[in-house]
Amino acid sequence: MTPLTRTTCTATTASDATSMEPRAGATVELRNVVKDYSGHRALTGVNLVMAPGEFVALLGPSGCGKTTVLRALSGLESISDGRISIDGEDVSLTPVNKRDIGMVFQAYSLFPHMTVQQNVEFGLRMRRVDSARRRIRAAEALEMVGLGDLGARYAHQLSGGQQQRVALARALVTRPRVLLLDEPLSALDAKVRAQLRDEIRRIQTELGITTLFVTHDQEEALAVADRVAVMREGNIEQIGTPEDLYSRPATSFVATFVGLSNPVEGMLVGDTVTVLGASLPLLGTGPANGPVTAYIRPEDIEFAPDGLAAVVVVSSFLGSMRRSQVRLSDGTLLFVQHEVRVRPEPGEAVHLRLTGRPVAVSARGV
Amino acid sequence: MTAASVQADHPAVAPKRRTSRGAGPRGYAAEPGPLVRRMILSLAGVVFAVPIIGMIEFSLRIGQPVKGVQSYGIQHFVSLFDPATSDTYSVLFEGIVNSLTICALTVFIVLALLLPAMIMVELKFPVLRRALEFICIIPVTIPSIVLVVGYVPVYSIVARAFGSNPWTLAFAIGIIVLPYAYRPIAANLAAVEVVILSEASRSLGASWGSVIRLVILPNLRRGILASCFITIAVVLGEYTIASFLSQNTFQTALILVQHTDPYVAVIFALFALLFAFVLLFFIGRIGSSRNRRSL
Repeated sequence: MTPLTRTTCTATTASDATSMEPRAGATVELRNVVKDYSGHRALTGVNLVMAPGEFVALLGPSGCGKTTVLRALSGLESISDGRISIDGEDVSLTPVNKRDIGMVFQAYSLFPHMTVQQNVEFGLRMRRVDSARRRIRAAEALEMVGLGDLGARYAHQLSGGQQQRVALARALVTRPRVLLLDEPLSALDAKVRAQLRDEIRRIQTELGITTLFVTHDQEEALAVADRVAVMREGNIEQIGTPEDLYSRPATSFVATFVGLSNPVEGMLVGDTVTVLGASLPLLGTGPANGPVTAYIRPEDIEFAPDGLAAVVVVSSFLGSMRRSQVRLSDGTLLFVQHEVRVRPEPGEAVHLRLTGRPVAVSARGV
Repeated sequence: MTAASVQADHPAVAPKRRTSRGAGPRGYAAEPGPLVRRMILSLAGVVFAVPIIGMIEFSLRIGQPVKGVQSYGIQHFVSLFDPATSDTYSVLFEGIVNSLTICALTVFIVLALLLPAMIMVELKFPVLRRALEFICIIPVTIPSIVLVVGYVPVYSIVARAFGSNPWTLAFAIGIIVLPYAYRPIAANLAAVEVVILSEASRSLGASWGSVIRLVILPNLRRGILASCFITIAVVLGEYTIASFLSQNTFQTALILVQHTDPYVAVIFALFALLFAFVLLFFIGRIGSSRNRRSL
C-alpha cells in the first residue's frame, strides 16, 4: 500500500503549523541497534529503514523485543550499540522530549487531573504555543478523532476506546516527525479494536506521518501496515508487505507465526517440491536440494472425490468460511479451509488434494 | 468516525458496573444492612461521645458540688484570655507555638526528603521500593522510649550545632512520622501510574521539571495532603520524645498545666481533639473525592 499524500503533503514544522494538515513524514533508520539489560541481550543488532509516511508494524511473540525497539526509537530506552536516525539526524543520544515524536501507549495514559482538551494541549504547551492557537489545534485534533464535543470531560468519564482516541489526538497535535504506537489496541474489546484500528490507519494516511506500530496480533498488523517486520529473539526475522509475509515466508518461524500453515515434510529438487505425493512449484527461492519443510496454507488443500485419504477430527464455522482439521493415515494433522456449505462430520472419511499453488519451504530444522 | 462507532464506544452503552451489593449472594461479602450500620455507628458514637461529653462537663464545672448540686459556667474558658492569669498559661501557649513550628518543619522534611525519594524510587529505581518501604516502616516497630535512648547522644551533638531549641525536635519526629507519612503517598503512587504518565509527558516534550510539576505532583495531591495532615496529627500527639529531651511542646505543657489547673488542661485537650477531628474530616473528604473520581 502506498501511503497517501506522501508526495503531495506540505512540509511544515510543529511550531508554525496551525492545523492538522499533512506534514512530510520522516525517514527513520535503525542500524545494528543493540540493547543489553544486565546479562541479557534484548536486541541483537536490529536494522530497519522506514520511508517517509510509511506505516510499519512490528509483529512478534511476547518478549521478542518489539516494544524495546519502539522504546529505543522513542528515547525512553537508551541503546547499548548502533545508531538511530530520523531524517538523517543521529538521535541515539537525544533525550525523548527532544526527539519530536508522538507516542500512544498500551495503558491509558491520559493525565487524570486534566480535561480532554488540556490533555491534548499539553504537548503544545510544552512547545510554548500560545493559548489561542493551542485551543484551535487541540479542537482540530479532537475533531479528527471524532471526539470534538468531549473536550471538557476527564479521562475517567471516557470509555477505553475514547481514551485511546484522545491519546492519539494528543500524540498527533504537535505534528511529530514519527508516530509510535505501543500496542494501543490491546486493552480494548474486539469491536472497538477493529474500529480504532481502521481510524488509526485513516488518520495516518491522511497525515502522511511515518508510523511504527507494535502489536502481537497478526491480523491487526496485516490489516493496517504498509510493511510488517516479524521479530524473533531480539531481531527482525523478515520484513515485507503483508502479502509477502503471508505468501513468501522466509523462515519456518514466519510461516507458522503469520497466518496458519501446515508444516509438512517434503523433498526439494530444483524448483519443484514433492510433498504429500504431489509435485508443487517452489515459491520464491529455496534452500539447497534435499529434505525440506513445506508450509502449505489451509486454503491450498481441498476436499476431493479421491486422493489422500484422511479422517475429519473437528470442523469449525468461521463466518465466511469453515476450517476442518483432518488426520492422514500416517497421523499427520492438517488444516483444510473450505466453503461453509461443506460440513464434514468428525470421524467422516474424506479425500484431499493440493490445489497446486506454489509452496514456501525451509531447510529442515530452520 | 461514524456516529455508530462513537455510540458503540460510549460508556453510556457499556455494561453497567456491578455494585458491591450485587456482587454476590446476599449475606456473603455484602454490605451490612441499614439497621446493622446504624447500630455500629451508634456504638462507635457512644465510645467517642462519652469521654468527650465527660470532658466538656468537667471543663464547665465551677467549684465543688453544694448539697449534691454542681454549678456550671464558662469561667475556665474566659480565664484563658484573662491578662491576670496569662503568666500561668504562658507555658501552654509557648508549647503550642513550639508544636506548630515542629509541625511545619516536620511537614517540610516529609515534602523535601520523603516525597522526592519516593517519586525517584518509583520512576527510576523501582527495585528499591521494598527497601524504602522497609526503612519507612521501621520507626513504627520501635517504641518511642527506645528511640529516645538512641536520640539522647545524637541530640547532644544537635544541641551543639543548633542550640537546644524545641524546633530541633523536628529531626527526631521527622523519623517517627515516616510510617504515617509514607503510607498515603505510597497508596497514591500505586493508584496513579506515574511511570506511564511521566513517559507520556516526556514523549510530548516535557522536561523532568515539567513532568514533576505539571503531571506527577497534581496527581499525588491527595496523598501528599493526607500525609501532611497525618504528620501534623502525629506531631501534636507526640509526648515521649519531647518530654525525655526536655523540650516544651503542647503535650508536655499540657501535662505541666494539668498539675496546677486540670480544667484548662482538659479545655486544651478538647481543642486538640477538635483539631484532630477537623484534620480527619479533611482527610476523609480527600479520600471520598478520590473515590468519586476513580469511578
